[in-house]
Amino acid sequence: MAAEGHSPLAQFEIKPLIKLQMGQMDVSYTNSALFMSFTVILIVIFLIFGMRKGALIPGRWQSMAELSYEFVANLLRDTVGAEGRHYFPFVFTLFMFILFGNMLGMIPYSFTFTSHIIVTFAMALVVFFGVTILGFVKHGFHFVSFFVPPGVSVLLWPLMIPIEIISYLSRPISLSVRLFANLTAGHTMLKVFAGFVVSMGIVGGILPLAFVIALTGLEILIAFLQAYVFTILTCFYINDAINLH
Amino acid sequence: MEAAAAKLIGAGLAAIGVVGAGIGIGTIFAAFITSVARNPAAAGNVTAMTWIGFALVEAIALYALVVALLLLFVF
Repeated sequence: MAAEGHSPLAQFEIKPLIKLQMGQMDVSYTNSALFMSFTVILIVIFLIFGMRKGALIPGRWQSMAELSYEFVANLLRDTVGAEGRHYFPFVFTLFMFILFGNMLGMIPYSFTFTSHIIVTFAMALVVFFGVTILGFVKHGFHFVSFFVPPGVSVLLWPLMIPIEIISYLSRPISLSVRLFANLTAGHTMLKVFAGFVVSMGIVGGILPLAFVIALTGLEILIAFLQAYVFTILTCFYINDAINLH
Repeated sequence: MEAAAAKLIGAGLAAIGVVGAGIGIGTIFAAFITSVARNPAAAGNVTAMTWIGFALVEAIALYALVVALLLLFVF
């Protein structure tokens, strides 16, 4: 067996599966794209076959599909209000994509596409630009009054407004880095401790093995939690754009 | 000092930043436990906010980790 991939960071390598070139651009179908496709197919199967029967009293699968719908719908209603239902398709897609992507990454030897900053940054930029454009469309130029915190005297404005603008501009960065760093750190730790299990032998490897089992449980929790936090922060930002304060 | 040594020392120093996240997570869950102990009926209300708070504080620890990884692998 070739002595490659011993670094715990080798699991994040992008490998092209079908090489394609469009002029100078490399548009190969990579392992990242493969797992994104799996995610989408899995979500579509989950929802379509779950709602196939459409019974008034749901069976198990339909219950789970309805649960995921209600979870996101309640999130939107609690943060944005009745206005939020217009953004449900986008927020639901975001939540399910990140959730299923994170969960698929927990399968051994699979690839976690959310562990790449470019993927999470693209999603965070879509949220950021969407919310900013939404704010300007809904309120016109009045949207810039969002950067003036309520109840602050005019004398403090030269200090507060730059701070508010900088913290607004840091939103896509924090949104993307939170998801990417959580997943990268978690999977790297799993690989490192798994390496200890092998190198410490049959008896010595019991302790790292117990730790890897506990870490895997924690990573599954983090997978769900990070999808939830990304979604609820998106809902908060939509609320900021629609109801300025 | 050569660049490789400086990178390693810098990464080690950057990792000290996770201390803040440790304090923060402890504070959040201390507040959660205290509030549920005083008013068990409020458990449902505060649980969701607790997990959001935990994720936001953990993100700070991960920013420190990102700086350390940046130093080690990008520069």
